[in-house]
Amino acid sequence: MGGEDPVLRVRDLRVAFGGVDAVRGVHLELRRGEVLGLVGESGSGKSTIALAVLGLLPDSATVSGSVRLDGVELRGAGDAALSRLRGNRIAMVFQDPLSAFTPVHRIGDQIAETIRAHRDISRRAARERAVELLDLVGIPEPRARAAAFPHEFSGGMRQRAMIAMAVANEPDVLLADEPTTALDVTIQAQVLDVLRTAQRATGAAMLLVSHDLGVIAGTADRVAVMYAGRIVETAPVHELFAAPRMPYTLGLIGAVPRLDGGTGTGMLVPIPGAPPAPGALPSGCSFAPRCPLADDVCRAAEPPLRKLADDHLVACRKAEELQGAAPADVFPVPEVPRTPAGPDDRPEVLRVTGLVKTFPLLKGVAFKRRVGSVYAVDGIDLRVRCGETLALVGESGSGKTTALFEVLGLSAPEGGSIEVLGQDVAGLTRQQAAALRGRTQIVFQDPMASLDPRMTVAGIIAEPLLARGVARAEAARRVPELLRQVGLEPGHADRFPHEFSGGQRQRIGIARALSVRPDLVVLDEPVSALDVSVQAGVLNLLRRLKAELGLAYLFVSHDLSVVRNIADRVSVVYLGRTVEAGAVREVFERPLHPYTQALLSAVPLPDPGVERRRARVLLAGDPPSPTQRHTGCRFRARCPLHAELAEADRERCVREVPQPVPHADDHVAACHFARPRAVLTAEA
Amino acid sequence: MTTAVVADADAVVENRPAGRASVVLRHFLRNRSALAGAAVLVLLFVLAFCGPLACHWSYTDIDYTALRRGPSARHWWGTNGIGQDVFAQTVRGLQKSLLIGLLVAVFSTALASLVGACAGYFGGWTDRALMFLVDLLLVFPSFLVIAIISPRLKAGGWIAFVGLLAVFGWMITARVVRSMTLSLKEREFVRAARFMGVGPFRIIWRHVLPNVASFLIIDATIAVGGAVMSETALSYFGFGVQPPDVSLGTLIADGTGSAVTYPWMFFFAAGLLVLFVLAVNLVGDGLRDAFDPTARRRTGRRG
Repeated sequence: MGGEDPVLRVRDLRVAFGGVDAVRGVHLELRRGEVLGLVGESGSGKSTIALAVLGLLPDSATVSGSVRLDGVELRGAGDAALSRLRGNRIAMVFQDPLSAFTPVHRIGDQIAETIRAHRDISRRAARERAVELLDLVGIPEPRARAAAFPHEFSGGMRQRAMIAMAVANEPDVLLADEPTTALDVTIQAQVLDVLRTAQRATGAAMLLVSHDLGVIAGTADRVAVMYAGRIVETAPVHELFAAPRMPYTLGLIGAVPRLDGGTGTGMLVPIPGAPPAPGALPSGCSFAPRCPLADDVCRAAEPPLRKLADDHLVACRKAEELQGAAPADVFPVPEVPRTPAGPDDRPEVLRVTGLVKTFPLLKGVAFKRRVGSVYAVDGIDLRVRCGETLALVGESGSGKTTALFEVLGLSAPEGGSIEVLGQDVAGLTRQQAAALRGRTQIVFQDPMASLDPRMTVAGIIAEPLLARGVARAEAARRVPELLRQVGLEPGHADRFPHEFSGGQRQRIGIARALSVRPDLVVLDEPVSALDVSVQAGVLNLLRRLKAELGLAYLFVSHDLSVVRNIADRVSVVYLGRTVEAGAVREVFERPLHPYTQALLSAVPLPDPGVERRRARVLLAGDPPSPTQRHTGCRFRARCPLHAELAEADRERCVREVPQPVPHADDHVAACHFARPRAVLTAEA
Repeated sequence: MTTAVVADADAVVENRPAGRASVVLRHFLRNRSALAGAAVLVLLFVLAFCGPLACHWSYTDIDYTALRRGPSARHWWGTNGIGQDVFAQTVRGLQKSLLIGLLVAVFSTALASLVGACAGYFGGWTDRALMFLVDLLLVFPSFLVIAIISPRLKAGGWIAFVGLLAVFGWMITARVVRSMTLSLKEREFVRAARFMGVGPFRIIWRHVLPNVASFLIIDATIAVGGAVMSETALSYFGFGVQPPDVSLGTLIADGTGSAVTYPWMFFFAAGLLVLFVLAVNLVGDGLRDAFDPTARRRTGRRG
């Protein structure tokens, strides 16, 4: 397919919003049948490109350059002309499938409408086609589901329907803008699978926009890396991941935590600094301020995108020097903090056994009556020892955050027991509870929402100290020291949170938690809102602080790669119940529970070689609703293992709730038929 | 001048970061229009309380030789229909109205924020009880209640009257504050403070109220004008400020009829009221911007 003309050719595309450049001279070529991955951090302009191709940018945007579809210029074409192309020859899959469907029309009708907008066929035939398409994207009972409304679909099903709609007219070009970012990993694996199937079935070329290197590695044929509104490197996927020639690409690969543990010390290689704000670009190469190789020439003028090999373009003067370099050769690697590998009898800072929390479902306006219960947490066990990191892993709705808040609330749980620092919270007096509050601190997911916008950084950090009755002057004296500890300028103490970048804000949140010298820090998805290059710095900081201060972390996350990087032990929850727990290495390399296996196999690895040859355990369907009380094993409806069992064994899954059973030392799994299965490495 | 101060502050920050109060003050002082508003307010107070000393007529004096005379050297702002000096009367009225307007606004906003924030933050029975009180006060015809009670409070004078106006002027604000608190309560920074062991009233003081401050300040500035006007309405019906005592409201009410024929009897009092409300609004806007760190971006940081 190499020689033929590209189906979509973007030349020198420039987009500016109110004088601020978002896209600065982008060249792209999309060949028939190929998948081009467009990867970059937030604000790099990748979504803007997708919208510019469709002509969907708001009027406030100034666009120049050329976008040609099969040689026909699209830029400057009227809305009527573009409308004939949109959904017909170019189709888009959006990030948020809920807002991409009209809530008041049936899914099937909306797909049929797309077909009828471009084809002269009867309403009936269009409906039939819609049902076929829903079947293609793997929606069970497509005929019945076509009559459903968007809100009746789960997130994953909506995204499938979105894909069905996008391929309805067999387009030449499919634009997928972060199609799986809003989804859980197991659902993401399903949707990516469907996307690939649909793309192959229609033979469309696909532009896949994503921030996730793993998704790109598994799906794309060629990759374009964007930074500050420009493409800085393009190469075939294998070459890009194996031999990147732009320091930014290299840094990005080094900064991603890897599910298989990666190589070396386990410390990530963060890219120093933060991406430049649009409108405040440095002169010269926009990556120069963060690049350890940059010299005066780099800072003087922006390097053009030049050809390095046949299909490998790079915008860097130093590309030749980077031949065969590893991330750690270019970027400074932080020192590995030595964690004293203490004995197993270290004191426990947290022990949770059989935690239960239900929320009532209420109905009625004036007189509320209980019509049911949400079993949010239904048997979670946790054990965190001093100086250890326990990761609590699960998909959204699995009860992770509820469990956290139950622990932090320090009041008697509905069921089970919580012991913090050896004290059972059920019998605490007010004074004891207040004392414990000072020894357990929390860092939240969204660093913007968790910092009071009306308080200065100094005020925010001093708050827990003041709450513990420390004198104001003493608290203020400690602030600069804490800021230095988390890698911020002490001079910034009188600024407000909105003046900081996301990574810096999260560091403020960490400084606040550390101010009272806690024993246990609860981290609720602390890096999920951050870009990869910034996330690596925060993860390294957390590891260093743990080693220096002997902290114990309870780390809640849905991102298993991050967990692999930071945690010592892991506890996997499904629908409010712990299904497997043990040392990270052990659980990740020899997962026993089928859910853990599926979860691990669903996480894409940022390594195209391994990623494409791994064993896949695809889960069917969505997690069931937590409002039902389950008998037996709650995972059996989606369990790939259950389906293979003999009749008598199946009966056991239906009847009997699996109890956590120790397998190796410290490795616990709640499955009747647990057996290890390696899912990380490529299959031989 | 201001930039020099800021540079100094940055230099010493190493030892002792500035607290919120000093940051707010610093940003308030940098806002020109707010400073102008504050200056006008100060001047109005000076006029109201020093004016009577400069003028040899008292507000009760009657000059039978000068009825409805225009401004002159003898009567600076002219005289009214029965020969009273308009300047003396206006500054006397200004004293009353400044105090009534500001105090009613401050009291009612304070009460509203306290009740609203407590109801929203604590929820449950506290919420139900407080909201029942609010609804009760809302359905009572406040005008009637004030009319009945105020004659009995004659001894308390205008301070009792301020209390009455404040007590009947806070309910709607409280409802809004309550709903804003309900959404703030779920925000992570409030939750974070709770998990850190910060007490409930401290959270309300440090986290909830500063985040509803924009609304409270705007509401208070509007309440100032409203209080002056409702005092007028009550005075017109014979409650509140009673002759021979005067307020800006009564003066405006009396002068309205002659606004075209004898403008000095109306326009001095009306002009001062407009000036007063305008100044309060400027100060309010300045305070709101000073409290809201994001507002400063738009006006440009550090010059």
